[in-house]
Amino acid sequence: MSIQTNSVEIGKSNKRKYLLEKISSKLFLICALLSVISLLLIIGFVFYKGSHPFIVEGYSFIDFIFGTDWVPSEDKFGIFPMIVASILATIGALIIGVPVGLFTAIFLAEIASKRLAKIISPAIQLLAGIPSVLYGVFGLAIIVPFLQNTFGLVKGQSLLAVILVLAIMMLPTIVTVAETAIRAVPNTYREGSLALGVSQIGTIFKVVVPAAKSGIMTAIVLGLGRAIGETMAVILVAGNSLIVPTSLTDSVRPLTTNIALEMGYAAGTHQEMLFATGIVLFSFILILNFVLAKISAKGGN
Amino acid sequence: MRQLKDSVLRGLLWLSVFLSVAVLVMIVGFIFIKGMNLISFEFIFGDYSPTGGGGIWPMIVTTIYTIVISLVIATPIGILAALYLQEYAKQGRLVKVIRFATESLTGIPSIIYGLFGAVFFVTTLKMGMSIIAASLTLTIIVLPVIIRTTEEALKTVPQSYREGSLALGTTKLQTLYKVILPSAMPGILSGIILSIGRIVGESAAIFLTAGTVAALPESLFSSARTLTVHSYLVTQESGDIELAAAVGIVLIVIILGINISATLISKKLNKATNK
Amino acid sequence: MNILTKVKMGLLMLSLLAVLSACSSNGDSQTQASDGDGSTIAISGSTSVGPLAEKLAAKYTEQDNSNIEINQIGSSAGITNAINGVSEIGMSSRDLKEEEQASGLQEVVIAYDGIVVVTHPSNKVKNLSLEQVKQIFTGEVTNWKELGGDDLEIVVVSREDGSGSRDAFQEIVEYSSGELVKSSIIASGNGNIKTTVANNKHAVGFISFEYIDETISTIDIDGVKATAENVLAQKYRLSRPFLFVYKEGELTEAGQKFIDFILSEDGQLIAAEAGAIPVK
Repeated sequence: MSIQTNSVEIGKSNKRKYLLEKISSKLFLICALLSVISLLLIIGFVFYKGSHPFIVEGYSFIDFIFGTDWVPSEDKFGIFPMIVASILATIGALIIGVPVGLFTAIFLAEIASKRLAKIISPAIQLLAGIPSVLYGVFGLAIIVPFLQNTFGLVKGQSLLAVILVLAIMMLPTIVTVAETAIRAVPNTYREGSLALGVSQIGTIFKVVVPAAKSGIMTAIVLGLGRAIGETMAVILVAGNSLIVPTSLTDSVRPLTTNIALEMGYAAGTHQEMLFATGIVLFSFILILNFVLAKISAKGGN
Repeated sequence: MRQLKDSVLRGLLWLSVFLSVAVLVMIVGFIFIKGMNLISFEFIFGDYSPTGGGGIWPMIVTTIYTIVISLVIATPIGILAALYLQEYAKQGRLVKVIRFATESLTGIPSIIYGLFGAVFFVTTLKMGMSIIAASLTLTIIVLPVIIRTTEEALKTVPQSYREGSLALGTTKLQTLYKVILPSAMPGILSGIILSIGRIVGESAAIFLTAGTVAALPESLFSSARTLTVHSYLVTQESGDIELAAAVGIVLIVIILGINISATLISKKLNKATNK
Repeated sequence: MNILTKVKMGLLMLSLLAVLSACSSNGDSQTQASDGDGSTIAISGSTSVGPLAEKLAAKYTEQDNSNIEINQIGSSAGITNAINGVSEIGMSSRDLKEEEQASGLQEVVIAYDGIVVVTHPSNKVKNLSLEQVKQIFTGEVTNWKELGGDDLEIVVVSREDGSGSRDAFQEIVEYSSGELVKSSIIASGNGNIKTTVANNKHAVGFISFEYIDETISTIDIDGVKATAENVLAQKYRLSRPFLFVYKEGELTEAGQKFIDFILSEDGQLIAAEAGAIPVK
């Protein structure tokens, strides 16, 4: 009798446990799906808002991309100058930031004593944590006047200022990721190369760096992402002029700053055009992500 | 010839590291030198005054609100999502899609999150420019960070723990709760701390969703100003670099504190779990 | 080991929570102190009117137990908010456009403001005609030498499209956004224009009277100095109203009381102290 009730109870509690398991696994799944849902919502809303002028109001997308006039109050929306500015600023930042970042990473991983690396590495990681606004404040107060005075420019707010600020901002990302990649190269590679009589520097550049290639590429792409998406630091040093830049000293308006600068003021079509600007920016990032996925897939093999 | 090349390269390596460190020293030094004069008890704990000379307490409170709310929402969701990906899911197409979405979210610039928050939370869901709208936007921003770090932490829990626990007749859920989560705790915690850093540093997304009201928030539906947004606005509106730098000092100290506690906690907990 | 970890974790979480709740409860009690009848007046709009409105609100809430929430998001957005009912009151630093008036907005002039053309203190040019100002901003004149100054290229600094200050300035000087010289620096605030101009001997910009200080040099227009008296005497032409706008019939009692306060002698005194020009 008592044995029977017991087994019934165990059955019941097992059933409850089973149910609980089932419910919880579903709950976990829902949580995991939330990031998919968020992404879809973001893409959906930005694209819906941004495509509205072209689909419903009859604006030409070609004119939007290749138009050189952006005068919202006169119904002119062309973002070509901003696309050029974003691309040039990003490339410029890469040209400065990648070699410096990469070389710093190599130094920290291969040459610096353990003690030195232990001081510098966390310091550079701290640089990554500094809010981007502060880079902008620094740029405005130091870099802009510096450029103006040193090169006798008529204005310091320029493509060059943007490039310098972005290069500084991408440094910590590149250094940290590349350093990890270089440290992950097995020691046997180094020993083998050194045993063959190759110098330390030779070993680093001919053996270690090539072996860490995919990690280094990831570092560069991540730095690139940070540069192209940066807004608040850039807005303070870019000058935000609406011209297609032809020299480093021209002031520029990258895509991101166009959105932040005018979003507060915008309504109606103007606002939708800022979302359209967002779509263009988004497309750049998606292409980058795609490249990154390709690289890490290669690295995996 | 080769020796020359070697020394040139070696020189470049030294030059690069010098440049990186110099930049770091310059930025931090600039902020501290410019802003140090303004730092005082009054400045940090005083109420904001539109006539100048006031404190930044309302912005600190707003920053804390955004941190707490976004973490309260993002942490459980992130952990459960990571548990699903690591402990439940069969590695199929669904997992691939979820992973891709998480990765993509990491790469989206904050200004796009700002646009989305402004149209979805602020306008469509009628929250208005408010702390809650900003916090929900931030939740999406930090979600991938928490998922990723938790996943990494779960990966490091030895398979034998799971097998041992299950062999004792516990259910999968009990195993998760009693065995796996506790041993993954240091990793999860460092993910949370990373997220705090991200929230504290965020400006563009908050600027477009929380607005710029410089007063102690009345409720979660009040518009308010975080520290970073304040730093941006004083630079932009009044051109007051010293004030911006003073806010910067507070921000850097917070970030530094977060970094240090992250290292300490993971060290301590690692010791505890390894015993 | 598990228990030890758990205890530590628990303690950590507890202390974290304690700190956080202490902070937030502190915040609550402070706001509640100023929250008597619980009415909140939501105001949004011009970044030029904003600082003045903040000062007025600070004084007003000392005597009255209402809450005033001021969002500085630009004139156009503020007006839109007032039309949509997002804000009770919109702030504008330019006159309403026709279509805005058509949507049933009421406007109250709370003060006047002057806009002043500013240059670097070292700039020798101290007086310009409106026509010359127009030539500068549309790029017809590109060197200070042509205006009697040093041989320096002119760098134009303007506000962004949609800014009330820019709209008002362009309307008086009579050029359109499309005519603005394209290479001009676009700064998104009075303060930013001021710092840009203060640090660049090539630069010229325009700011609200409130922001005038010794870091920049002000330009007379047709020989008339940029002062409050000259604006009131209608001699200085670069001026504009500071407006509060609201939807007809949707102004709350609290909102009306705040507007009454601003128009009172006390309120106007605060406006004058803040650098704006009183209505009376």
